[in-house]
Amino acid sequence: MSIIYKARPTQHLGKPVKRKEDPKLITGRGLYVDDIKLPGMLYAAFLRSPYAHAKIKSIDVSKALRIPGVVAAYTGKDFRGKIGPIPTGWLLTGADLKVPEWPAVAYDKVRFAGEIVAVVVASDPYRARDALDAIEVDYEPLQAVVNVEDAIKPGAPQLHEGVPNNIAFRWRLKGGEDFEDISKKADKVIKQRMVNQRLIPSAMEPRGAVAEYNRYTGELTLWVTSQNPHVHRLLLSGILGIPENKLRVIAPDVGGGFGSKIPVYPLEAIVARLAMDLGRPVKYVETRRENFLGTIHGRDHVEYVEAAIKNDGTVLGLRVRTLANMGAYLSTAAPGVPTILFGTMLSGPYKIRSVDVEVTGVFTNTTPVDAYRGAGRPEATYILERVMDLVARELNMDPADVRRKNLIPEAPYTVVTGLTYDSGKYLEVFERALKIADYEGWRKRQIEARKEGRLIGIGIASYIEVCGLAPSRIARATGFGLGLWESAIVRVHPSGKVTVYTGTSPHGQGEDVAFAQIVAEELGVSTEDVEVIHGDTALVQFGMGTYGSRTTPVGGGAIALAARRVREKARKIAAALLEAREEDVVFEAGRFYVKGAPEKAVTIQQVALAAYTAEKLPPGVEPGLEATVFYDPENFTFPYGTHVCVVEIDRETGGVKILRYVAVDDAGIIVNPMLAEGQVIGGALQGIAQALYEEAIYDSSGNLLTAGFNDYMIPTAREAPKIESYFYETPSPHNPLGVKGIGETSTIASTPAVVNAVLDALAHLGVRHIDMPLLPSKIYKVLKEKEVG
Amino acid sequence: METLERVRITVRVNGKLYTHEVEPRLLLVHYIRDYLGLTGTHIGCDTSNCGACTVILNGRAVKSCTLYAFMADGGEILTIEGLEKDGKLHPIQEAFWENHALQCGFCTPGMIMTLYDFLQRNPKPNEEEVRRAIEGNLCRCTGYQNIVKAALWAAERMRGGGGGR
Repeated sequence: MSIIYKARPTQHLGKPVKRKEDPKLITGRGLYVDDIKLPGMLYAAFLRSPYAHAKIKSIDVSKALRIPGVVAAYTGKDFRGKIGPIPTGWLLTGADLKVPEWPAVAYDKVRFAGEIVAVVVASDPYRARDALDAIEVDYEPLQAVVNVEDAIKPGAPQLHEGVPNNIAFRWRLKGGEDFEDISKKADKVIKQRMVNQRLIPSAMEPRGAVAEYNRYTGELTLWVTSQNPHVHRLLLSGILGIPENKLRVIAPDVGGGFGSKIPVYPLEAIVARLAMDLGRPVKYVETRRENFLGTIHGRDHVEYVEAAIKNDGTVLGLRVRTLANMGAYLSTAAPGVPTILFGTMLSGPYKIRSVDVEVTGVFTNTTPVDAYRGAGRPEATYILERVMDLVARELNMDPADVRRKNLIPEAPYTVVTGLTYDSGKYLEVFERALKIADYEGWRKRQIEARKEGRLIGIGIASYIEVCGLAPSRIARATGFGLGLWESAIVRVHPSGKVTVYTGTSPHGQGEDVAFAQIVAEELGVSTEDVEVIHGDTALVQFGMGTYGSRTTPVGGGAIALAARRVREKARKIAAALLEAREEDVVFEAGRFYVKGAPEKAVTIQQVALAAYTAEKLPPGVEPGLEATVFYDPENFTFPYGTHVCVVEIDRETGGVKILRYVAVDDAGIIVNPMLAEGQVIGGALQGIAQALYEEAIYDSSGNLLTAGFNDYMIPTAREAPKIESYFYETPSPHNPLGVKGIGETSTIASTPAVVNAVLDALAHLGVRHIDMPLLPSKIYKVLKEKEVG
Repeated sequence: METLERVRITVRVNGKLYTHEVEPRLLLVHYIRDYLGLTGTHIGCDTSNCGACTVILNGRAVKSCTLYAFMADGGEILTIEGLEKDGKLHPIQEAFWENHALQCGFCTPGMIMTLYDFLQRNPKPNEEEVRRAIEGNLCRCTGYQNIVKAALWAAERMRGGGGGR
């Protein structure tokens, strides 16, 4: 069993129940946006700029319009005033944030390769593509800048008017003692520049939208690849000027997101506008190349790190100066990612007494970045875990001992950046992970291997994550555009079957079964009797969606509370049926009975029927059996854990092979270990991919050189190592279920675990740091320089 | 531009015979999805890298985004929709469900079709062979671990074993 320490006994939670969504998906009966075909539907295609930075002198669409089957063609000027600019939803407070206009279709200037400059609509997708070739655009190319260090230099190409030096914002956070003061108490200050390279989320399903407009009812229906349909509705309502109650947004089956399907993009606004103007349904689905050019990227930091340390391995303080590449525009949540979700996490699970972080957000002629799996927290953890290993090298200590010296023993604990961690046994979980992975044994084997000339390395990463994103008051205080809470309806039908409506919008996480387990736990019904509805603004009251590992802690928390409210009403009705006083009625495993007399009981199903027949309801109790909850948690949740990775480097090629990977995570109460483990394994591979393979590369003119799977290396089954996943449960006190969230933990931990392992394998050669991805070519070069291999 | 010429093709898909006039440039994947309405076959890239569009053509797994529809003329195609027999899931489908071998499910049909071909040619594979077989099918969710597990589980089922849990 993967749960090595279980916090408390449960009936339905902690069981590996099979997924409800699988039968349709394994038989090809899922419904993704591209599967939607409506009568009279038209197909849009977008012409995208080949230049990263250019003035648009003129665009001629007349030849395109002459192609048979082409219905319409537009340039950016046609959309001005009809589609509002693409908004930024996280207006970072106290950072002098500049939000330049992001037009849905560029009209005077393009600022990244792949920006949309013209739109055609045709009766079939092939003709729409033909028409793109017939559009003539006269560009005046401008000098581009793709690199943050270059972009802030005097004389660098300027992207936006009113944004001097391309600086989007400067955000600073100082916590605890002053860094200068603490440096004086330190024995040493170590410094390192490190790059957290740009990544491309690469969900297997590209983004897309289908729009249908009924001019008589005024209702616009939009199917969109979305992680948060209500947020899309809210923002699109503003962009398009359609009242929210006339705009229905549906996220059908969604083929992965990893953050890239949170933001509002030009495409859905354009498709919606086209459907309104043309009076016919319109579809657009991006190609993979368009996905790589036009869908957000992630990470992309240059970090200058200083750590004040004592000779016994204590890390007293950290000073971090970050240049965060924002791309050409500020995408929906982009300003919050390298700041709030990064800077506040910089002390991680360690007792660091001083944190001083300044983040400069920089515009460059590249695709906008936004939240990619982990969002800010992987970048923070990477710094911290690299620092722990750098300290070990500097002082000739075992990296495990450096962590032992610095780890917070347990929570609750308030760190200098202001967060109060909820619950956890950080040191205990650390030791367990090392034991399971046989850390000491590997250290011995490493020495033996070195004698044979083999390069084995052991890497550790301890992490803590802030997630369960809510509560509203904190979100709002940081400039987040909305409250952050979640809604749920738990509706028990007369038959006793249950429908749950959730404002989260899972897209592969398997919440259909996880939420059914939560309802089963609370109401004593079978998981098979629970149906979960999500992803449609016409069916679900409201919700903030699925990201930031918030679905189970916040969405699941709302469901648990709604189920409890249903249970309390059911108890009243049961008392009437049993002719007993309410306070004497006991609820157990789906049955109500009078205390001490369990043989005479009414089931929840009988109570449900009675709630609808409504003849024996107690005074003041309404018919029906359902509850609606809008749940705003008190605080975040803080999953944490330790991952251990063992690698061997091939001296001939510089290739890295993972020999062992152990993940021990505390994500609070585990609702479904099968799903949780799935998140850990998949997330680990994404993080490993950052360490070893993936990097979005631009040339100096701003061409994305990695604009497809030919050039952007996402791992295949052959690169994927075996991941051993274990869970340690300490319930979070911040939500009714005690859950913490598991969607991102592994992506956060795995990257530094692997990098530390690779650098550990090279440590005896005097190698201190290599920037990711740790490609064979880079390692090979280092080995050659050190005359190894 | 003039009207493009059309070619007549006849294919048997999941046991049913279809005849259509199609443009020569029509990709097989678009024929399957748009002409036949079999949307279980997905498009994840345009470069034959991801394998989401994999179907069985004349007994072998092919990436249907790399073939023109006319190239399948006279051929026999099996898509994910045709895999169930008499309302019963194919052992590979069952294996995916049992072993949590999918998350978003977008790559799943292509993955299953690749394994369908592979397990017929290699009914008793080891883990390494499975990994090699599916290296042309990308998955961004699962880390492949449970897909490999499912493949081995299905192989055992198909050989008449009790499943490899």
